[in-house]
Amino acid sequence: MSDKPNIKVSIRGLYKIFGAKPKEALTHVKDGLGKPELLDQHGHVLGLQDINVDMQEGEITVIMGLSGSGKSTLIRHLNRLIEPTDGEIVVDGEDVLAYGEKKLHALRQNTMSMVFQKFALFPHRTVLQNAGMARRVRGEDAVSADKEGQKWLKRVGLEGYEDKYPNQLSGGMQQRVGIARALASDSEIMLMDEAFSALDPLIRTDMQDLLLELQRELHKTIVFITHDLDEALKLADHLVILKDGAIVQQGEPQEILLNPNDPYIMDFISDINRARVLRVRSVMDATTTAGVDISGDVEADANLESVIAMSEGDTTKHYRVMKDGEQIGLLHMQDLVRALVPVIAPEHDDRAA
Amino acid sequence: MATYDGIFNALGLNDWCATENAGGPMTMAELLAQANNGGGDATAEVAAPATPLLETPFPSLDVLHKSCGSVPRTRDMTSAVEEAFLNVKDGMKVVLDPLTQPLSWLLDWSLAGFQATPWFIMIPLLMLLTYYASRSWSVLALVTGSFLFMAFIDHYNYAIQTLSIIFVCTIFCVALGVPIGIAMSKSNTMQRITIPILDMLQTLPTFVYLIPLIFLFSVTESKLYGIAIILYAIVPVIRLTDLGIRLVDKDVIEAADAFGMNSWQKLTGVQIPLALPNIMAGINQTIMMSLAMVVIASLVSAPGLGVLVLRGINNLELGVGLVSGFCIVLLAVLLDRSTKAALGRINTSEK
Repeated sequence: MSDKPNIKVSIRGLYKIFGAKPKEALTHVKDGLGKPELLDQHGHVLGLQDINVDMQEGEITVIMGLSGSGKSTLIRHLNRLIEPTDGEIVVDGEDVLAYGEKKLHALRQNTMSMVFQKFALFPHRTVLQNAGMARRVRGEDAVSADKEGQKWLKRVGLEGYEDKYPNQLSGGMQQRVGIARALASDSEIMLMDEAFSALDPLIRTDMQDLLLELQRELHKTIVFITHDLDEALKLADHLVILKDGAIVQQGEPQEILLNPNDPYIMDFISDINRARVLRVRSVMDATTTAGVDISGDVEADANLESVIAMSEGDTTKHYRVMKDGEQIGLLHMQDLVRALVPVIAPEHDDRAA
Repeated sequence: MATYDGIFNALGLNDWCATENAGGPMTMAELLAQANNGGGDATAEVAAPATPLLETPFPSLDVLHKSCGSVPRTRDMTSAVEEAFLNVKDGMKVVLDPLTQPLSWLLDWSLAGFQATPWFIMIPLLMLLTYYASRSWSVLALVTGSFLFMAFIDHYNYAIQTLSIIFVCTIFCVALGVPIGIAMSKSNTMQRITIPILDMLQTLPTFVYLIPLIFLFSVTESKLYGIAIILYAIVPVIRLTDLGIRLVDKDVIEAADAFGMNSWQKLTGVQIPLALPNIMAGINQTIMMSLAMVVIASLVSAPGLGVLVLRGINNLELGVGLVSGFCIVLLAVLLDRSTKAALGRINTSEK
């Protein structure tokens, strides 16, 4: 599965315009009218503009942007909680927008599950009933729904809380129920809308680790929305950065970090700890020829911070980069230090343009 | 002769006015004037003194009629309304009579059933029901005490009649009101149409809608007061069902959508259960309002405690009126307490 990832979800040319006559406004947008002009001249809000994203099977695609960038709107298009103005959403090769109500319900019941920022558990149902909810909706009997719910509650560490009501649990525990509910539906795609944003930082880290651990095992196709860059970099296999309803840059997170193509992103990444986020494989010199003056071996996925610690700050050293016991490249400490130099955004007047 | 003669002259409507000068019955004022002056012709001939500007009457139907006989008088208008109602009455009766017949049956059966049950079965039954609904010993004590008291002062039979009417009317209110409330919550158009009707039902003086009902149905039929009570009492349950469903957390509804619930699953599995506290509050209000109306409905032959109150008013029997009024208060308090206790139980079990 990991060798040849398939495209599970594909968004093509997606537009969303909020207002009384979105179709009419769409023609103006396609003629090149920007978001503020559209609002001024026509009173319509441009929600999403020409979004094209391919989401690989078994990967975590993180969509990042500040509030108002349209990320929550975008994720709701995938299961059509919001109808697009124009464009295509292809899941497993089928255009979701062509679905009738029945097929849409089937898609939501079987193929996609969702985790919400505010948990959105059913307050009148027990934790166990909440966890097995997706299966009950599908019409499965209570016994099998409860069994599956029980299994996933145990997996997220909530054994013994089955008969409690959601309001009796803390926020972190409620979101665990939310995750168990999504997992128990056994769907291939999981949509996570700022799933951890309402939690405090320590619990958030816990939940991120839980998600990564589950993902190593389950290989779901996850679409994760966040406004937190650290979270995005930690989780993402594929990172999409949204601004004002349009994609600014997308790609492998390390790639974006090293080659940001927009002042907006440079601003964003300017205050993160690059040494902790960047990996050896992103800055190494990919070669299999044996190097000279090698001081030791490093793992390809190690972060730069650990290499700096190993070299004790000596910038003249060279390391052999290993993956699965084989050399895949050489790491020169000088390159490493160069990679740590933050990419500075150009002058402010450029950015305004 | 009259103030506005000039206007009709100026408009050239004299001919039109003259055609139907002597239509309609006389008003009391005209009759008096005639009697005082000893003949209508005499008054017509006497030139009216010019009206002072400050006393110019408002150009109402009656005033205009004096100038122009073709303008109908106010009493002509009200009798036209009456006639119009009487004209459509028969048609309405054909439709409404069979439609509302089940209400009559249920009211009669329930009344017969409640009264046929001996007191030593009825009171324990009510106690059981109260305890089952409220799970509260104090409410149970209140209900038991009240009924024993009313039975002791020979008001038990009246109280049980009132209770029977409220019982049937509340069932109808819930059975009709909850679906209407749900429909209102689903459609803004429906809400816009329904709210003015509800406002009217709530503000229309209760005696006023007894009037057309008396014409429509025979006073001997129990549905007459049944309909009056239901129309008056159904409003809160409709309003609060609508409100309750609209207040259900949007996030929870979105989650239900995201997991592919259809609208029926959403309604029965999420919206109604979460709106239940509000719906129950509406039912509580509905019961209270039907109790208020059941007293007034005794004017149109509803049996029960209201009959005693009416007797107190008609015959100036102060004691009868006060004691039966007190029994109504007792009934209201115990109905309110037991439904509130049931409501409280729902609230705690679901939070």
